[in-house]
Amino acid sequence: MAELRRTKLYDLHLSRGGKMVPFAGWEMPVQYPMGVLGEHLHTRTKAGLFDVSHMGQVILRGPDAALSLEMLVPADIAGLAEGRQRYGLFTNATGGILDDLMIANKGDHLFLVVNAACVDQDIAHLRQLEAKGISVEPVEGRALLALQGPEAEAVLARLIPGVAAMKFMDVAEFDWQGAVLWISRSGYTGEDGFEISVPEAQAMALAEALLADEDVAPIGLGARDSLRLEAGMPLYGHDMDTETSPGAAALGWSIPKARRLGGVREGGFPGADTILAELAAGATKTRRGLRPEGRAPIREGVEIFAAAEGGETIGKVCSGGFGPSVGGPVAMAILPAELAEGDTVFAELRGKRMPVTLTAIPFHKPSYKR
Amino acid sequence: MLKYTEDHEWLKQDGDEIIVGITAYATEQLGDVVFIELPEVGREVEAGEEIVVIESVKAASDIVAPVAGTITAVNEALPDTPGAVNEDALGTWFFRIKPASVELDGFMDEAAYNEMIG
Repeated sequence: MAELRRTKLYDLHLSRGGKMVPFAGWEMPVQYPMGVLGEHLHTRTKAGLFDVSHMGQVILRGPDAALSLEMLVPADIAGLAEGRQRYGLFTNATGGILDDLMIANKGDHLFLVVNAACVDQDIAHLRQLEAKGISVEPVEGRALLALQGPEAEAVLARLIPGVAAMKFMDVAEFDWQGAVLWISRSGYTGEDGFEISVPEAQAMALAEALLADEDVAPIGLGARDSLRLEAGMPLYGHDMDTETSPGAAALGWSIPKARRLGGVREGGFPGADTILAELAAGATKTRRGLRPEGRAPIREGVEIFAAAEGGETIGKVCSGGFGPSVGGPVAMAILPAELAEGDTVFAELRGKRMPVTLTAIPFHKPSYKR
Repeated sequence: MLKYTEDHEWLKQDGDEIIVGITAYATEQLGDVVFIELPEVGREVEAGEEIVVIESVKAASDIVAPVAGTITAVNEALPDTPGAVNEDALGTWFFRIKPASVELDGFMDEAAYNEMIG
């Protein structure tokens, strides 16, 4: 196995007592001494600092880069205003999902953030656009931090006052101690917050400056997962993959009218025929929220049945665990679309079928600054 | 005096019964415990049988019966307050078991256990 990579904040993770685990080829903190539960709740009440430097940062430049990217991503990128960011999917020819990503319009270029596990594959995929005159530049030498939670704005504004004026999904550049920070008001927790791309030379100093604020605690991957789960956000490789359509993943919202059947820039992306036909007809199965009635968490892979006894499985849990802010177990599964919120289905756990209730996602209401 | 198992349980002899809990080391490895399912009182179990389900925010695991015997009592408060085991591992018992023969000599003392976990 290849050696694990370390982010520029590796020493900080160790000095803060981070428990390091392998994740997508990187050695990352899964938790700190506060523990997953405490870190989760701290992020919901104060502010949490996440090292997400393992994620891929990519710049696209060239004439009509937005229109070119629309050949790979069924989002409205041509209509994305400068200084704004949007969520999108890389689709494949069979109508599945290769990865999900954030796309920012930074005027003379597009800035993308992709999943760590998919970065090499995504860059190779993007290189198809080079034939259209687009340059694909993996960003080297920059770390990525996320500051999330209700105190995130106040904390970051103490260092960089300008961020307070940003709204959800805004992107902007700011100078900080001689470094240019690329900041977006977004995240993966369901909280207000920021993602900050910082030159590696200043990454440690910025992290330490943020952690010097008594409202900020370092947060590991464990709480990152429980926070995004409560926020109903899908995780690539779990809630979606090459076999999952945007409709099944409940991500049809990321494909706007302009790219759908009859839209001004209809289709033109891999798998468009299947994906758009499914969205027009309505997906027969889609990602739903589940609340188990007891305290027992139902985790990824647990099979779901329509009946308390007998019958075929109707789906599998794709993400599940304990939701600290919900105060109980929460899960998501791709299930038949005809099931309604409030319906009871059954999760088979250790040979027993436990009743679970279909619930709207998110489980925890987001608090973005719109 | 407490004895310890290789499965990170502590055992305390009380008359002809053994009181069983898990070590602080085990709770650190598990992380925050959010769900505990205890065996039924009166159940007869084999040594090594998985009789308690314990789930943390991270994962599910089991606690096994340290000896063959009969479950005589369980800590009824625990399923409602699973986090207690993170607060005080040695002060939080899971179940009492009446072994076929009261014999803890095969288990480790604290020094031997500490050596095992390094």
